[in-house]
Amino acid sequence: MALLEVNKLSVSFIQYTSGLRQHEVQTIRDLSLSIHAGEIVAVFGSSGSGKSLLAHAILGILPENARMSGTIHYDGNLLDAYRLLALRGKEIALVPQSVNYLDPLMKVGAQVRSTAVGSDPVAVQRSIFKRYRLKDHVDNLYPFQLSGGMARRVLVATAAVSDARLIIADEPTPGMHSDDVAEALHTFKEMADNGSAVLFITHDIEAALRIADRVVVLYAGTTFEIAAAEDFMGNGERLRHPYTKALWQALPQNEFKPNLGVQPQPNNLPTGCLFAPRCASSTQACKESRPEMRDLRAGSVRCIHAS
Amino acid sequence: MLLEGENIGFRYERNSWLFQNLNISIESGEVVGLRGPSGYGKTTLGQILAGHQMPQEGQVTIDGQALPLKGYHPVQLVFQHPERAVNPRWRIQRVLEEGGKPDSDLLSALGIQKEWLKRSPHELSGGELQRICIARALGNETRFLIADEMTTMLDAITQAQIWQSVLEIARARKLGLLVISHDQHLIKRICGRWISLSEH
Ligand SMILES: Nc1ncnc2c1ncn2[C@@H]1O[C@H](COP(=O)(O)OP(=O)(O)OP(=O)(O)O)[C@@H](O)[C@H]1O
Ligand code: SF4
Ligand SMILES: [Mg+2]
Repeated sequence: MALLEVNKLSVSFIQYTSGLRQHEVQTIRDLSLSIHAGEIVAVFGSSGSGKSLLAHAILGILPENARMSGTIHYDGNLLDAYRLLALRGKEIALVPQSVNYLDPLMKVGAQVRSTAVGSDPVAVQRSIFKRYRLKDHVDNLYPFQLSGGMARRVLVATAAVSDARLIIADEPTPGMHSDDVAEALHTFKEMADNGSAVLFITHDIEAALRIADRVVVLYAGTTFEIAAAEDFMGNGERLRHPYTKALWQALPQNEFKPNLGVQPQPNNLPTGCLFAPRCASSTQACKESRPEMRDLRAGSVRCIHAS
Repeated sequence: MLLEGENIGFRYERNSWLFQNLNISIESGEVVGLRGPSGYGKTTLGQILAGHQMPQEGQVTIDGQALPLKGYHPVQLVFQHPERAVNPRWRIQRVLEEGGKPDSDLLSALGIQKEWLKRSPHELSGGELQRICIARALGNETRFLIADEMTTMLDAITQAQIWQSVLEIARARKLGLLVISHDQHLIKRICGRWISLSEH
Protein backbone atom coordinates (compact mmCIF):
# COMPACT_ATOMS: atom_id res chain seq x y z
CA MET A 1 0.00 0.00 0.00
CA ALA A 2 1.24 3.45 -0.86
CA LEU A 3 2.09 5.82 1.98
CA LEU A 4 0.69 8.76 0.02
CA GLU A 5 -1.95 8.47 -2.67
CA VAL A 6 -3.08 11.55 -4.60
CA ASN A 7 -6.12 10.81 -6.73
CA LYS A 8 -7.56 13.10 -9.42
CA LEU A 9 -6.46 16.24 -7.65
CA SER A 10 -7.68 19.52 -9.00
CA VAL A 11 -7.04 22.99 -7.68
CA SER A 12 -8.65 26.20 -8.84
CA PHE A 13 -8.54 29.81 -7.79
CA ILE A 14 -11.38 32.21 -7.39
CA GLN A 15 -10.43 35.52 -8.93
CA TYR A 16 -12.39 38.72 -8.71
CA THR A 17 -12.23 40.64 -11.93
CA SER A 18 -14.19 43.82 -12.45
CA GLY A 19 -16.20 44.72 -9.38
CA LEU A 20 -17.76 41.69 -7.73
CA ARG A 21 -17.66 39.36 -10.71
CA GLN A 22 -15.80 36.28 -9.77
CA HIS A 23 -14.49 33.56 -11.96
CA GLU A 24 -12.67 30.36 -11.35
CA VAL A 25 -9.34 29.47 -12.97
CA GLN A 26 -8.32 25.85 -12.79
CA THR A 27 -4.57 25.43 -12.38
CA ILE A 28 -4.31 21.72 -11.51
CA ARG A 29 -6.48 19.03 -13.09
CA ASP A 30 -6.61 15.25 -13.08
CA LEU A 31 -3.36 14.85 -11.21
CA SER A 32 -2.73 11.43 -9.65
CA LEU A 33 0.40 9.99 -8.11
CA SER A 34 1.46 7.68 -5.33
CA ILE A 35 4.54 7.21 -3.25
CA HIS A 36 5.55 4.25 -1.10
CA ALA A 37 7.52 4.08 2.11
CA GLY A 38 11.23 3.97 1.33
CA GLU A 39 10.72 5.45 -2.12
CA ILE A 40 12.01 8.67 -3.69
CA VAL A 41 9.72 10.11 -6.34
CA ALA A 42 11.00 13.09 -8.32
CA VAL A 43 8.60 15.63 -9.81
CA PHE A 44 9.79 17.41 -12.98
CA GLY A 45 7.87 19.89 -15.06
CA SER A 46 7.73 23.29 -16.62
CA SER A 47 7.87 26.46 -14.56
CA GLY A 48 4.34 27.24 -13.52
CA SER A 49 3.08 23.68 -14.06
CA GLY A 50 1.79 23.45 -10.48
CA LYS A 51 4.60 21.66 -8.68
CA SER A 52 4.56 23.89 -5.60
CA LEU A 53 0.76 23.92 -5.57
CA LEU A 54 0.83 20.12 -5.47
CA ALA A 55 3.11 20.28 -2.43
CA HIS A 56 0.88 22.86 -0.78
CA ALA A 57 -2.26 20.83 -1.50
CA ILE A 58 -0.76 17.74 0.16
CA LEU A 59 0.21 19.81 3.20
CA GLY A 60 -3.13 21.63 3.33
CA ILE A 61 -1.52 25.05 3.04
CA LEU A 62 -3.15 26.32 -0.16
CA PRO A 63 -4.07 30.01 -0.14
CA GLU A 64 -7.54 31.12 1.04
CA ASN A 65 -8.96 31.67 -2.42
CA ALA A 66 -8.04 28.18 -3.64
CA ARG A 67 -10.51 25.33 -4.05
CA MET A 68 -9.41 21.73 -4.13
CA SER A 69 -11.13 18.53 -5.24
CA GLY A 70 -10.02 14.93 -5.55
CA THR A 71 -8.64 12.89 -2.67
CA ILE A 72 -5.36 12.55 -0.80
CA HIS A 73 -4.81 9.43 1.33
CA TYR A 74 -1.98 9.10 3.81
CA ASP A 75 -1.22 5.72 5.36
CA GLY A 76 -4.52 4.31 4.11
CA ASN A 77 -6.78 7.05 5.48
CA LEU A 78 -8.09 10.26 4.04
CA LEU A 79 -5.74 13.13 4.81
CA ASP A 80 -8.15 15.82 5.98
CA ALA A 81 -7.57 19.12 7.74
CA TYR A 82 -7.97 17.50 11.15
CA ARG A 83 -5.33 14.82 10.56
CA LEU A 84 -3.01 17.30 8.89
CA LEU A 85 -3.00 19.42 12.01
CA ALA A 86 -1.53 16.51 13.95
CA LEU A 87 0.89 15.33 11.23
CA ARG A 88 2.22 18.48 9.59
CA GLY A 89 5.70 19.43 10.74
CA LYS A 90 6.02 16.05 12.49
CA GLU A 91 5.25 12.99 10.35
CA ILE A 92 4.92 15.09 7.22
CA ALA A 93 7.64 17.70 6.66
CA LEU A 94 8.15 20.34 3.99
CA VAL A 95 11.46 21.61 2.69
CA PRO A 96 10.03 24.80 1.15
CA GLN A 97 11.05 26.39 -2.13
CA SER A 98 11.20 29.90 -0.80
CA VAL A 99 13.75 30.77 1.84
CA ASN A 100 11.12 33.22 3.08
CA TYR A 101 9.64 30.28 5.01
CA LEU A 102 12.37 30.63 7.63
CA ASP A 103 11.20 32.67 10.61
CA PRO A 104 12.84 36.06 9.98
CA LEU A 105 12.95 36.92 13.68
CA MET A 106 14.55 33.73 14.96
CA LYS A 107 18.23 32.82 14.79
CA VAL A 108 18.72 29.86 12.48
CA GLY A 109 20.40 27.61 15.07
CA ALA A 110 17.35 27.91 17.32
CA GLN A 111 15.00 27.25 14.39
CA VAL A 112 16.67 23.97 13.58
CA ARG A 113 16.81 22.94 17.26
CA SER A 114 13.06 23.48 17.55
CA THR A 115 12.36 20.62 15.10
CA ALA A 116 15.14 18.30 16.29
CA VAL A 117 14.07 15.04 17.92
CA GLY A 118 16.00 13.35 20.73
CA SER A 119 17.21 14.37 24.17
CA ASP A 120 19.94 16.79 23.09
CA PRO A 121 18.67 19.11 20.35
CA VAL A 122 21.75 21.34 20.59
CA ALA A 123 24.11 18.47 19.81
CA VAL A 124 21.83 17.28 16.99
CA GLN A 125 21.68 20.77 15.46
CA ARG A 126 25.47 21.32 15.78
CA SER A 127 26.30 18.02 14.15
CA ILE A 128 23.92 18.57 11.24
CA PHE A 129 25.31 22.10 10.68
CA LYS A 130 28.78 20.65 10.69
CA ARG A 131 27.75 18.13 8.09
CA TYR A 132 26.47 20.98 5.91
CA ARG A 133 29.63 23.02 6.49
CA LEU A 134 27.72 25.73 8.38
CA LYS A 135 30.23 27.21 10.77
CA ASP A 136 29.57 27.80 14.49
CA HIS A 137 28.80 31.50 14.08
CA VAL A 138 25.94 30.65 11.69
CA ASP A 139 23.88 29.43 14.69
CA ASN A 140 23.48 33.05 15.71
CA LEU A 141 22.66 34.54 12.31
CA TYR A 142 19.20 35.63 11.26
CA PRO A 143 17.86 34.36 7.92
CA PHE A 144 18.52 37.67 6.10
CA GLN A 145 22.24 37.35 6.85
CA LEU A 146 22.58 34.08 4.93
CA SER A 147 23.57 33.77 1.30
CA GLY A 148 21.04 31.95 -0.89
CA GLY A 149 22.98 28.70 -0.79
CA MET A 150 23.47 28.84 2.98
CA ALA A 151 19.75 29.39 3.58
CA ARG A 152 18.98 26.31 1.45
CA ARG A 153 21.37 24.21 3.51
CA VAL A 154 19.61 25.36 6.69
CA LEU A 155 16.25 24.32 5.20
CA VAL A 156 17.50 20.84 4.33
CA ALA A 157 19.11 20.52 7.78
CA THR A 158 15.72 21.28 9.35
CA ALA A 159 14.16 18.29 7.59
CA ALA A 160 17.16 16.09 8.34
CA VAL A 161 16.83 16.51 12.12
CA SER A 162 13.10 15.70 12.17
CA ASP A 163 11.92 12.10 11.95
CA ALA A 164 9.28 12.65 9.30
CA ARG A 165 7.85 9.67 7.38
CA LEU A 166 6.95 11.80 4.38
CA ILE A 167 9.27 14.57 3.22
CA ILE A 168 8.11 16.97 0.55
CA ALA A 169 11.12 18.83 -0.78
CA ASP A 170 10.20 21.71 -3.09
CA GLU A 171 13.28 22.79 -5.08
CA PRO A 172 15.71 22.15 -2.24
CA THR A 173 18.92 22.60 -4.22
CA PRO A 174 18.91 25.55 -6.66
CA GLY A 175 21.95 27.79 -6.39
CA MET A 176 23.75 25.26 -4.18
CA HIS A 177 27.32 24.26 -4.90
CA SER A 178 27.78 20.69 -6.12
CA ASP A 179 29.24 19.44 -2.80
CA ASP A 180 26.22 20.74 -0.94
CA VAL A 181 23.85 19.26 -3.51
CA ALA A 182 25.57 15.91 -2.99
CA GLU A 183 25.13 16.26 0.78
CA ALA A 184 21.43 17.12 0.40
CA LEU A 185 20.92 14.11 -1.90
CA HIS A 186 22.69 11.94 0.64
CA THR A 187 20.32 13.19 3.36
CA PHE A 188 17.24 12.33 1.29
CA LYS A 189 18.65 8.92 0.38
CA GLU A 190 19.33 8.19 4.02
CA MET A 191 15.81 9.18 5.01
CA ALA A 192 14.41 6.87 2.31
CA ASP A 193 16.69 4.03 3.38
CA ASN A 194 15.25 4.45 6.87
CA GLY A 195 11.77 3.92 5.46
CA SER A 196 10.61 7.48 4.80
CA ALA A 197 9.06 8.54 1.53
CA VAL A 198 10.51 11.54 -0.27
CA LEU A 199 8.69 13.62 -2.87
CA PHE A 200 11.48 15.57 -4.57
CA ILE A 201 10.25 18.48 -6.67
CA THR A 202 13.05 19.94 -8.78
CA HIS A 203 14.37 21.43 -12.02
CA ASP A 204 17.73 19.85 -11.30
CA ILE A 205 17.06 16.73 -13.33
CA GLU A 206 20.57 15.38 -13.13
CA ALA A 207 20.71 15.64 -9.33
CA ALA A 208 17.28 14.07 -8.84
CA LEU A 209 18.06 11.12 -11.10
CA ARG A 210 20.99 10.20 -8.89
CA ILE A 211 18.61 9.17 -6.07
CA ALA A 212 15.06 8.92 -7.46
CA ASP A 213 13.26 5.63 -8.04
CA ARG A 214 10.45 7.05 -10.15
CA VAL A 215 9.72 10.35 -11.87
CA VAL A 216 6.39 12.14 -12.31
CA VAL A 217 6.33 14.71 -15.13
CA LEU A 218 3.88 17.62 -14.89
CA TYR A 219 2.78 20.09 -17.54
CA ALA A 220 0.05 22.73 -17.38
CA GLY A 221 -1.27 21.33 -14.10
CA THR A 222 -1.56 17.69 -15.05
CA THR A 223 0.52 14.52 -15.18
CA PHE A 224 2.06 13.75 -18.58
CA GLU A 225 4.19 10.78 -17.67
CA ILE A 226 5.25 8.47 -14.86
CA ALA A 227 8.59 6.85 -15.62
CA ALA A 228 11.36 4.91 -13.94
CA ALA A 229 14.43 7.05 -13.21
CA GLU A 230 16.43 4.75 -15.52
CA ASP A 231 14.25 5.77 -18.48
CA PHE A 232 16.11 9.09 -18.55
CA MET A 233 19.15 8.06 -20.60
CA GLY A 234 20.67 8.44 -24.06
CA ASN A 235 18.53 10.57 -26.37
CA GLY A 236 15.46 9.86 -24.30
CA GLU A 237 14.33 6.96 -26.50
CA ARG A 238 12.88 5.16 -23.46
CA LEU A 239 10.79 8.15 -22.44
CA ARG A 240 7.12 8.03 -23.41
CA HIS A 241 5.80 11.57 -23.76
CA PRO A 242 7.03 14.07 -26.40
CA TYR A 243 7.24 16.74 -23.67
CA THR A 244 9.43 14.58 -21.44
CA LYS A 245 11.73 13.88 -24.39
CA ALA A 246 11.93 17.62 -25.17
CA LEU A 247 12.72 18.41 -21.53
CA TRP A 248 15.51 15.84 -21.50
CA GLN A 249 16.99 17.08 -24.77
CA ALA A 250 16.96 20.70 -23.56
CA LEU A 251 19.54 20.03 -20.84
CA PRO A 252 22.88 21.75 -21.47
CA GLN A 253 24.67 18.39 -21.17
CA ASN A 254 22.36 16.92 -23.82
CA GLU A 255 21.41 19.00 -26.85
CA PHE A 256 20.46 22.30 -25.16
CA LYS A 257 17.64 22.31 -27.69
CA PRO A 258 14.81 24.77 -26.97
CA ASN A 259 11.33 23.51 -27.81
CA LEU A 260 9.51 26.59 -29.14
CA GLY A 261 6.38 28.06 -27.67
CA VAL A 262 5.10 28.41 -24.13
CA GLN A 263 2.93 26.38 -21.78
CA PRO A 264 -0.73 27.37 -22.27
CA GLN A 265 -2.29 29.73 -19.73
CA PRO A 266 -4.81 28.06 -17.37
CA ASN A 267 -7.67 30.27 -18.60
CA ASN A 268 -6.89 29.57 -22.24
CA LEU A 269 -6.27 25.84 -22.62
CA PRO A 270 -6.46 23.98 -25.92
CA THR A 271 -9.46 21.64 -26.12
CA GLY A 272 -7.44 18.54 -26.96
CA CYS A 273 -4.00 17.49 -25.74
CA LEU A 274 -2.43 20.29 -23.68
CA PHE A 275 0.89 19.82 -25.49
CA ALA A 276 -0.55 19.81 -29.02
CA PRO A 277 0.40 23.45 -29.88
CA ARG A 278 4.10 22.60 -29.34
CA CYS A 279 4.17 18.95 -30.32
CA ALA A 280 5.91 17.85 -33.52
CA SER A 281 3.94 14.56 -33.54
CA SER A 282 0.53 16.15 -33.14
CA THR A 283 -2.29 14.99 -35.45
CA GLN A 284 -5.95 15.97 -35.86
CA ALA A 285 -6.99 13.32 -33.33
CA CYS A 286 -4.78 14.96 -30.69
CA LYS A 287 -6.73 18.18 -30.99
CA GLU A 288 -10.15 16.60 -30.58
CA SER A 289 -10.13 15.39 -26.98
CA ARG A 290 -7.95 15.42 -23.91
CA PRO A 291 -5.95 12.15 -23.77
CA GLU A 292 -6.38 9.98 -20.66
CA MET A 293 -3.47 8.62 -18.65
CA ARG A 294 -2.71 5.04 -19.81
CA ASP A 295 -0.21 2.38 -18.81
CA LEU A 296 2.74 1.88 -21.10
CA ARG A 297 5.95 -0.10 -20.63
CA ALA A 298 5.85 -0.30 -16.81
CA GLY A 299 5.05 3.41 -16.59
CA SER A 300 2.20 5.58 -17.76
CA VAL A 301 1.64 8.38 -20.24
CA ARG A 302 -0.98 10.88 -21.38
CA CYS A 303 -0.43 10.78 -25.14
CA ILE A 304 -2.44 8.89 -27.74
CA HIS A 305 0.52 8.24 -30.03
CA ALA A 306 3.16 7.20 -27.49
CA SER A 307 4.44 3.66 -27.97
CA MET B 1 35.40 47.63 -24.37
CA LEU B 2 36.91 46.17 -21.25
CA LEU B 3 35.18 45.83 -17.89
CA GLU B 4 37.72 45.51 -15.12
CA GLY B 5 37.66 44.99 -11.40
CA GLU B 6 41.08 45.82 -9.99
CA ASN B 7 42.36 44.78 -6.57
CA ILE B 8 38.83 44.51 -5.27
CA GLY B 9 38.47 44.02 -1.51
CA PHE B 10 35.08 43.58 0.13
CA ARG B 11 33.69 42.76 3.57
CA TYR B 12 30.23 43.04 5.12
CA GLU B 13 30.57 45.46 8.01
CA ARG B 14 33.19 44.17 10.45
CA ASN B 15 33.13 40.59 9.20
CA SER B 16 36.31 39.13 7.73
CA TRP B 17 37.20 39.92 4.13
CA LEU B 18 35.14 38.01 1.57
CA PHE B 19 37.92 38.68 -0.89
CA GLN B 20 40.88 41.02 -1.30
CA ASN B 21 43.15 41.87 -4.22
CA LEU B 22 40.70 40.29 -6.57
CA ASN B 23 41.15 40.99 -10.27
CA ILE B 24 38.66 40.22 -12.98
CA SER B 25 38.21 41.42 -16.54
CA ILE B 26 35.64 40.82 -19.24
CA GLU B 27 35.84 42.02 -22.81
CA SER B 28 32.94 43.01 -25.05
CA GLY B 29 31.67 39.98 -26.93
CA GLU B 30 33.03 37.55 -24.34
CA VAL B 31 30.95 35.06 -22.35
CA VAL B 32 32.76 34.31 -19.09
CA GLY B 33 31.65 31.83 -16.43
CA LEU B 34 32.08 32.36 -12.67
CA ARG B 35 31.98 29.37 -10.34
CA GLY B 36 32.78 28.86 -6.70
CA PRO B 37 31.42 27.41 -3.50
CA SER B 38 28.40 28.91 -1.87
CA GLY B 39 29.10 31.87 0.41
CA TYR B 40 32.42 32.83 -1.21
CA GLY B 41 30.91 35.96 -2.65
CA LYS B 42 29.98 35.33 -6.29
CA THR B 43 26.76 37.26 -5.88
CA THR B 44 28.55 40.04 -4.05
CA LEU B 45 31.18 40.30 -6.79
CA GLY B 46 28.41 40.54 -9.42
CA GLN B 47 26.79 43.33 -7.40
CA ILE B 48 30.10 45.20 -7.17
CA LEU B 49 30.66 45.00 -10.94
CA ALA B 50 27.12 46.25 -11.54
CA GLY B 51 27.54 49.12 -9.07
CA HIS B 52 24.99 47.79 -6.54
CA GLN B 53 27.70 47.51 -3.85
CA MET B 54 30.78 49.65 -3.30
CA PRO B 55 33.99 47.74 -2.56
CA GLN B 56 36.10 48.98 0.38
CA GLU B 57 39.25 48.49 -1.73
CA GLY B 58 40.01 48.66 -5.43
CA GLN B 59 37.85 49.91 -8.27
CA VAL B 60 35.66 48.91 -11.18
CA THR B 61 36.34 50.54 -14.53
CA ILE B 62 35.29 50.36 -18.17
CA ASP B 63 38.17 51.11 -20.52
CA GLY B 64 40.02 52.63 -17.56
CA GLN B 65 37.18 55.02 -16.66
CA ALA B 66 35.38 54.76 -13.32
CA LEU B 67 31.73 53.74 -13.65
CA PRO B 68 29.05 56.45 -13.58
CA LEU B 69 27.34 56.96 -10.22
CA LYS B 70 24.26 58.47 -11.84
CA GLY B 71 22.23 57.73 -14.95
CA TYR B 72 21.97 54.46 -16.81
CA HIS B 73 24.50 51.90 -15.63
CA PRO B 74 26.29 50.13 -18.52
CA VAL B 75 26.68 46.99 -16.39
CA GLN B 76 23.31 45.40 -15.68
CA LEU B 77 22.51 42.57 -13.31
CA VAL B 78 19.85 39.86 -13.55
CA PHE B 79 19.54 37.54 -10.58
CA GLN B 80 17.91 34.30 -9.55
CA HIS B 81 14.62 35.52 -8.11
CA PRO B 82 12.72 37.76 -10.54
CA GLU B 83 9.89 38.22 -8.04
CA ARG B 84 12.29 40.05 -5.74
CA ALA B 85 13.62 42.25 -8.53
CA VAL B 86 10.35 43.93 -9.50
CA ASN B 87 7.91 46.22 -7.75
CA PRO B 88 4.95 43.93 -6.99
CA ARG B 89 2.44 46.76 -7.34
CA TRP B 90 3.46 47.85 -10.82
CA ARG B 91 1.98 46.53 -14.04
CA ILE B 92 4.44 44.58 -16.17
CA GLN B 93 4.50 47.38 -18.75
CA ARG B 94 5.83 49.83 -16.16
CA VAL B 95 8.39 47.31 -14.84
CA LEU B 96 9.62 46.74 -18.36
CA GLU B 97 9.95 50.43 -19.20
CA GLU B 98 11.74 51.33 -15.98
CA GLY B 99 15.04 51.77 -17.81
CA GLY B 100 13.61 53.18 -21.05
CA LYS B 101 11.31 51.82 -23.74
CA PRO B 102 12.57 48.47 -25.04
CA ASP B 103 12.34 47.94 -28.79
CA SER B 104 9.86 45.42 -30.08
CA ASP B 105 12.53 43.20 -31.69
CA LEU B 106 14.01 42.59 -28.26
CA LEU B 107 10.61 41.67 -26.84
CA SER B 108 9.89 39.20 -29.61
CA ALA B 109 13.40 37.72 -29.40
CA LEU B 110 12.72 37.00 -25.73
CA GLY B 111 9.27 35.58 -26.45
CA ILE B 112 7.48 38.25 -24.43
CA GLN B 113 3.75 38.21 -25.18
CA LYS B 114 1.81 41.49 -25.51
CA GLU B 115 -0.94 40.23 -23.18
CA TRP B 116 1.54 39.95 -20.29
CA LEU B 117 2.08 43.71 -20.21
CA LYS B 118 -1.28 44.54 -18.64
CA ARG B 119 -0.81 42.06 -15.80
CA SER B 120 0.73 42.29 -12.34
CA PRO B 121 4.01 40.51 -11.59
CA HIS B 122 2.31 37.76 -9.53
CA GLU B 123 0.19 36.88 -12.55
CA LEU B 124 3.23 35.70 -14.51
CA SER B 125 5.14 32.47 -13.93
CA GLY B 126 8.77 32.65 -12.79
CA GLY B 127 10.02 32.01 -16.34
CA GLU B 128 7.80 34.71 -17.84
CA LEU B 129 8.78 37.27 -15.21
CA GLN B 130 12.47 36.46 -15.66
CA ARG B 131 12.14 37.29 -19.40
CA ILE B 132 10.77 40.70 -18.39
CA CYS B 133 13.73 41.28 -16.06
CA ILE B 134 16.15 40.31 -18.84
CA ALA B 135 14.48 42.66 -21.32
CA ARG B 136 14.68 45.45 -18.74
CA ALA B 137 18.38 44.77 -18.24
CA LEU B 138 19.08 44.78 -21.99
CA GLY B 139 18.46 48.47 -22.61
CA ASN B 140 20.25 50.14 -25.52
CA GLU B 141 23.02 51.49 -23.30
CA THR B 142 23.82 48.16 -21.67
CA ARG B 143 27.35 46.97 -22.48
CA PHE B 144 27.80 44.17 -19.97
CA LEU B 145 25.32 41.76 -18.43
CA ILE B 146 25.88 39.88 -15.17
CA ALA B 147 23.64 36.79 -15.03
CA ASP B 148 23.63 35.54 -11.43
CA GLU B 149 21.94 32.11 -11.44
CA MET B 150 19.63 33.70 -14.00
CA THR B 151 17.93 30.47 -15.12
CA THR B 152 18.42 28.30 -12.03
CA MET B 153 14.74 28.46 -11.05
CA LEU B 154 13.53 27.56 -14.54
CA ASP B 155 12.85 24.30 -16.32
CA ALA B 156 15.39 23.08 -18.87
CA ILE B 157 13.31 24.04 -21.92
CA THR B 158 12.72 27.59 -20.72
CA GLN B 159 16.41 27.82 -19.78
CA ALA B 160 17.51 26.79 -23.26
CA GLN B 161 15.02 29.22 -24.88
CA ILE B 162 16.19 32.15 -22.75
CA TRP B 163 19.90 31.49 -23.26
CA GLN B 164 19.48 31.08 -26.99
CA SER B 165 17.86 34.54 -27.21
CA VAL B 166 20.30 36.21 -24.83
CA LEU B 167 23.37 34.81 -26.58
CA GLU B 168 22.00 35.92 -29.94
CA ILE B 169 21.39 39.46 -28.67
CA ALA B 170 24.81 39.54 -26.98
CA ARG B 171 26.49 38.50 -30.24
CA ALA B 172 24.61 41.07 -32.29
CA ARG B 173 25.38 43.90 -29.86
CA LYS B 174 28.84 42.69 -28.81
CA LEU B 175 27.87 42.61 -25.14
CA GLY B 176 30.16 41.10 -22.52
CA LEU B 177 28.50 38.47 -20.30
CA LEU B 178 29.43 37.17 -16.87
CA VAL B 179 27.54 33.95 -16.11
CA ILE B 180 27.42 33.04 -12.41
CA SER B 181 26.18 29.48 -12.11
CA HIS B 182 26.57 26.30 -10.14
CA ASP B 183 25.66 24.32 -13.22
CA GLN B 184 28.96 23.27 -14.73
CA HIS B 185 27.21 21.83 -17.80
CA LEU B 186 25.62 25.20 -18.51
CA ILE B 187 28.94 27.00 -18.08
CA LYS B 188 30.71 24.58 -20.38
CA ARG B 189 27.95 24.88 -22.94
CA ILE B 190 27.84 28.68 -23.23
CA CYS B 191 31.06 30.19 -21.85
CA GLY B 192 34.30 30.76 -23.73
CA ARG B 193 36.28 30.66 -20.48
CA TRP B 194 35.55 30.48 -16.77
CA ILE B 195 36.91 31.74 -13.50
CA SER B 196 36.74 29.94 -10.14
CA LEU B 197 36.25 31.98 -7.03
CA SER B 198 37.80 30.16 -4.10
CA GLU B 199 39.57 30.99 -0.85
CA HIS B 200 41.65 34.17 -1.14
N1 LIG C 1 23.57 41.71 4.57
C1 LIG C 1 24.53 40.89 4.99
N2 LIG C 1 25.07 41.00 6.22
C2 LIG C 1 26.05 40.17 6.64
N3 LIG C 1 26.57 39.18 5.88
C3 LIG C 1 26.10 39.00 4.64
C4 LIG C 1 25.06 39.83 4.12
N4 LIG C 1 24.77 39.40 2.85
C5 LIG C 1 25.62 38.37 2.59
N5 LIG C 1 26.42 38.13 3.65
C6 LIG C 1 27.46 37.11 3.75
O1 LIG C 1 28.36 37.24 2.67
C7 LIG C 1 28.80 35.98 2.19
C8 LIG C 1 28.68 35.93 0.67
O2 LIG C 1 27.35 36.12 0.25
P1 LIG C 1 27.01 35.98 -1.28
O3 LIG C 1 25.51 35.96 -1.39
O4 LIG C 1 27.71 36.99 -2.01
O5 LIG C 1 27.60 34.49 -1.59
P2 LIG C 1 27.48 33.51 -2.87
O6 LIG C 1 28.82 33.06 -3.21
O7 LIG C 1 26.71 34.09 -3.95
O8 LIG C 1 26.69 32.30 -2.18
P3 LIG C 1 25.50 31.38 -2.74
O9 LIG C 1 26.05 30.64 -3.88
O10 LIG C 1 25.20 30.52 -1.57
O11 LIG C 1 24.36 32.29 -3.05
C9 LIG C 1 28.03 34.94 2.95
O12 LIG C 1 28.90 34.38 3.91
C10 LIG C 1 26.91 35.72 3.64
O13 LIG C 1 26.62 35.19 4.91
S1 SF4 D 1 -1.35 13.36 -27.77
FE1 SF4 D 1 -0.64 14.13 -29.74
S2 SF4 D 1 -0.19 16.29 -29.37
FE2 SF4 D 1 -0.33 15.30 -27.38
S3 SF4 D 1 1.72 14.74 -26.92
FE3 SF4 D 1 0.83 12.96 -27.89
S4 SF4 D 1 1.34 13.21 -30.05
FE4 SF4 D 1 1.71 15.19 -29.09
MG1 LIG E 1 24.85 33.58 -4.67
